[in-house]
Amino acid sequence: MTDQPISGVDLELVDVTKSYPGQERPAVDGLTLHVPAGEIVMFIGPSGCGKTTSLKMINRLIEPTSGTITIGGDDVRKQKVDELRRHIGYVIQGGSLFPHMTVAQNIALVPKLLKWDDKRVEARVDELLDLVNLDPGRYRDRYPRELSGGQQQRVGVARGLASDPPVVLMDEPFGAVDPITRSRLQDELMSIQSELRKTIVCVTHDIDEAVKLGDRICILQEGAQVAQYDTPEHVLAAPANRFVEDFVGAGSGLKQLTLTRVDDIELRSWPTASVGEPVAEVLARAGQAGESSVIVLDQRRRPRAWCWVRDLEGQDRVPPPAGDEVLGVDRRATLNDALDDMLSSSYGAAVVTGRRDEFLGVVDFASVTRHIQETAQQVEASAGSGPDGTERT
Amino acid sequence: MTDTAAQPAPTGRAARLRSSANREQLLLLAGIPVLVLVVLGGWVAWRLTADLDDIEARQLAWDAIGRLTWQHVRLTVVATVLVLLIAVPLGIMLTRRGFSRAAPLVVGVANIGQAAPAIGLVVLFAIWLGFDFWTAIVAFTLYGILPVLRNTIVGLQGVDATLVEAGRGMGMSAAEVLWRIELPLAVPVIMAGVRTALVLVVGVASFATFIDAGGLGALIQTGITLFRTSVLVSGGLLIALLALVVDWLGRVLETAVRPKGL
Repeated sequence: MTDQPISGVDLELVDVTKSYPGQERPAVDGLTLHVPAGEIVMFIGPSGCGKTTSLKMINRLIEPTSGTITIGGDDVRKQKVDELRRHIGYVIQGGSLFPHMTVAQNIALVPKLLKWDDKRVEARVDELLDLVNLDPGRYRDRYPRELSGGQQQRVGVARGLASDPPVVLMDEPFGAVDPITRSRLQDELMSIQSELRKTIVCVTHDIDEAVKLGDRICILQEGAQVAQYDTPEHVLAAPANRFVEDFVGAGSGLKQLTLTRVDDIELRSWPTASVGEPVAEVLARAGQAGESSVIVLDQRRRPRAWCWVRDLEGQDRVPPPAGDEVLGVDRRATLNDALDDMLSSSYGAAVVTGRRDEFLGVVDFASVTRHIQETAQQVEASAGSGPDGTERT
Repeated sequence: MTDTAAQPAPTGRAARLRSSANREQLLLLAGIPVLVLVVLGGWVAWRLTADLDDIEARQLAWDAIGRLTWQHVRLTVVATVLVLLIAVPLGIMLTRRGFSRAAPLVVGVANIGQAAPAIGLVVLFAIWLGFDFWTAIVAFTLYGILPVLRNTIVGLQGVDATLVEAGRGMGMSAAEVLWRIELPLAVPVIMAGVRTALVLVVGVASFATFIDAGGLGALIQTGITLFRTSVLVSGGLLIALLALVVDWLGRVLETAVRPKGL
């Protein structure tokens, strides 16, 4: 965890029920849940279990039939509904950007509803675009249809964070993008979250996403009955009942890999080269480290390319990399992603980036296997201690 | 724009935006004025050189033609403005929760309004309300409501419900969502309905002459009753040209008010 101050607040659902006329059983039946400030809670469950209904009751898109929901101690039903929603972030699948508004207009919507002055709105838009790794100068004035799915979703996240709300609701935020983009967006969300520490409630149908993003996972059964509400580690290691076990599914050993963040294992250093730097200095550094390749960084210290030392020899200065791809995995990425990255690169290591894609170091196979062995030993040591409580409210 | 190097060529981007006004649309936008000018030029040339008898000369006098055209345009514009003032708010209302059930009923009534023969509608209203300009306006307005009403409803219903929910979820009031999300997104469809209504009204405005409300229809009527084919054809031709011009203006308007980014 980080030592950033928490900007989120506690979210409390007490005996929340939603029943629709003409339906025998309530869609949500007495849901009680405490979401601690600054944590991500993932709602997951089979379709029709009431997870989206539960989410939408928090910002009153759906009015609860009974029960109370408090945000930072304030009852949501005692506030004017539009005012309430302006202080709750809302991120939806695919971004749901308004197609007739530019990226900047989309993001600026809520701040403008809150009557921020133009200067402040403008600065906020640029700050947010920067936060979601989109160059403000390049993307501010584009229309949504000129963006890729991943970029649209990034803008969607930026829009949700625009008024700096303490609580953010996400409804299958990354459901509409391809797996590679999804994983990148998840990493970015985690790194944003480590900076902002919002209280986030996120609905998903993807257990891997839940395990990866969630500080806690709330597995819901029909009628939004809580089957288990616990940390991903406990859900995977000790499913509360058969339903959870089935839901978590096979391969929970492999899923454990998605539980460990790159952050949790020690990074190795690696010789780097800046664009435009004299090659002689780079060669000396690589020789000293005993490596036959270096990582090329740009002005913002973002890793841009691997480069064999032998390819640099004979050149005067380090050439700028082709394309505008940023290499590597976020430090909040899972070991699973890191392994994937290693397998697909021929350098036997994955580049790890931190805030704003800044270069941190690398992980290699040796450090991953060492970590797996260590965890296996730990699990063995603690085996037999039995599952702990199903609910920790 | 900070880093222009990685930016796709600006012309490419502009072209992509403009591609919404597709090739056919551009052809019509450029072609209609040319066609109108050529045909009108031909008719003016004929009018200047033709050997006309007394009646023809009086009917086709420049100031008479100008007066009739102006009456025709005024009928069209006033009726269309009224259509907009009635049909758009009505369409909005019929897509709001609570009223949406009445939509099929109202559209049905509007359908009858349009299905009834225009000339019958005009004459019936004249018997009821008297023979004048405003009676014609009432009849034509009823006649033109359907396309705008239907397109307003269809356009608003066609707005992605998740966008509406996104707007509400972000804290926009229902009215803000309507003005800033739903209507801008429905504008292309609504405008297509407005253009249809304009063209319809230009056509039926020819019947205004039967109830003493003026318009280019007078030329056709005189042409028939006095057996002057030149007057008859001139009337038909001028109405057709006016309809083309109105259609063209409608298209220009459609392109102009279409929100960027769609």
